[in-house]
Amino acid sequence: MRYWNPTYECMTREEMRRIQSDRLVETVNRVYHNVPFYRDKMQKAGIEPADIRSVDDLHKLPFTYKDDLRDNYPFGLFASPLSEIVRVHASSGTTGRQTVVGYTRRDIDVWAEVMARTLTCAEADRESLIQVAYGYGLFTGGLGVHYGAERIGALVIPISGGNTKRQIQIMKDFGTTILACTPSYALHMAEVMEEMGIDKSELKLKAGVFGAEPWSENMRKEIEEKFGIMAIDIYGLSEVIGPGVATECPCRCGLHIQEDHFIPEIIDPETGETLPPGKPGELVFTTVTKEGLPLIRYRTRDISSLNYDKCECGRTTVRMSKVTGRTDDMLIIRGVNVFPSQIESVLLENGETAPHYLLIVDRVGRLDTLEIWVEMTKNMFSDKIKNIEDVERKIRNEVETTLGIGCKVKLVEPKTIERSEGKAKRIIDRRKLHE
Amino acid sequence: MLVKQISVFLENKSGRLAEVSRVLGRNNINISALSIADTTDFGILRLIVNNPGLAEKVLAENGFAVGLTDVIAVAIEDRPGGLCDTLNVLESANIDIEYMYAFVGKSENEAMVIIRVEDPEKAARLLIENNIKVLPSENVYSL
Repeated sequence: MRYWNPTYECMTREEMRRIQSDRLVETVNRVYHNVPFYRDKMQKAGIEPADIRSVDDLHKLPFTYKDDLRDNYPFGLFASPLSEIVRVHASSGTTGRQTVVGYTRRDIDVWAEVMARTLTCAEADRESLIQVAYGYGLFTGGLGVHYGAERIGALVIPISGGNTKRQIQIMKDFGTTILACTPSYALHMAEVMEEMGIDKSELKLKAGVFGAEPWSENMRKEIEEKFGIMAIDIYGLSEVIGPGVATECPCRCGLHIQEDHFIPEIIDPETGETLPPGKPGELVFTTVTKEGLPLIRYRTRDISSLNYDKCECGRTTVRMSKVTGRTDDMLIIRGVNVFPSQIESVLLENGETAPHYLLIVDRVGRLDTLEIWVEMTKNMFSDKIKNIEDVERKIRNEVETTLGIGCKVKLVEPKTIERSEGKAKRIIDRRKLHE
Repeated sequence: MLVKQISVFLENKSGRLAEVSRVLGRNNINISALSIADTTDFGILRLIVNNPGLAEKVLAENGFAVGLTDVIAVAIEDRPGGLCDTLNVLESANIDIEYMYAFVGKSENEAMVIIRVEDPEKAARLLIENNIKVLPSENVYSL
């Protein structure tokens, strides 16, 4: 079994707790003195930095929410001056406003370290040729994997997403050994490969690291079979650092969290109470080494559970179960975070005060599709086909601009979308991701 | 002079047209002309009825998206070139036709044509000046 950094990945639980405690105390002091938002929040909760002496005190600290990042857009939660920040990334927020994350030089270094650990779990080394088919840009996927691969000393193919035939040609011609992309894109590649008449035996591919969206065990089996590889699930979110927060090892029995950097908790999303190991609940992270954007008890909205038993691979770091759902209505479509409220705001801008709509997410072939059903109203209606098609096109264009992914808009008759008492049912997800 | 046309938004699924006719029938509304324009996903049903105000009301009450539009009804001589006379007038005045549909009227030697243009008042005036037989709305409703 290969490790990137056995000192941290295989240390005893006691040592880990000690390191986490030291780093937590340091982080709490830092945010209290550098970020007015955290100071206010702690003062309102009647907590001082001196009250936090070890990880046992973690539960005393108030939570941080995605909305807090949004409210402090763009740089309000940064704990380092902008002169120290060397990079920003961003992801979509609930109302279309992006959440911005900043990295100092040391944060980039930590990120490369945790991604190096991640790629080593997929048995990458200096000899590997790693094809990074995650998008490069504000999205953390591409550059996150890139830096980790360089840290290992592997050969990086920074091809980014899209242009599938070229991806496959390069994979074959260069002899790519590790593929990094979203699992649905991997399956799409497998299909195109078949169309191109290229057999998996012509590839040198050995493993893949797949993440940024939920995927099922069936999908894993299919990917492994179609490419003849080992498929590793990786987990991350830009707020915490990006990819590299947690990864499966070759045993594939839960995802090892890089907990010397990110302390996980599982809480009851209703009461906020910490839950014992094994119990499913909302995953919460506290970053303890980040400088640019440290996060205290950040609510991920992802549902998971924790397992502190030592893994067969020899790593002692806590494992989180595959994410089984969300506590909010966020959807991940083609790796992009989508909130129904973003679509609602587009409809509101088009003059509808209480739009009735339904999002239908499906997987056609290997790619996610988004269809938006919108009820026809008197404002939108016309006796001319062209006018109605213009309405459809306008909504589609605006949604695509807001979300950054393609969709289809279908206008339906009034009162045909089911009304429910209380929370409206806005989503039909037919992708069957958790089977 | 202008005729009120009812337009109804219909999804392309079975039974919708039947539902419209049921609602109208129940309320003693008679349909004298209709046309459907359709795309892959939806259609627009356009109707000339004897009581457009009531038709709009009852269809809206039954959950349909309904609109009222002013259109021109023209009686055309039932002979070769009959339609051409009318269209020539509109063409020479550069009036674009959004859509039109024809139906057989109750008088023997005439066909009825419904014409939708951007400015129906102006177009109707022009047609009358050129001796085209524009039908008054009450005549059309009572067909």
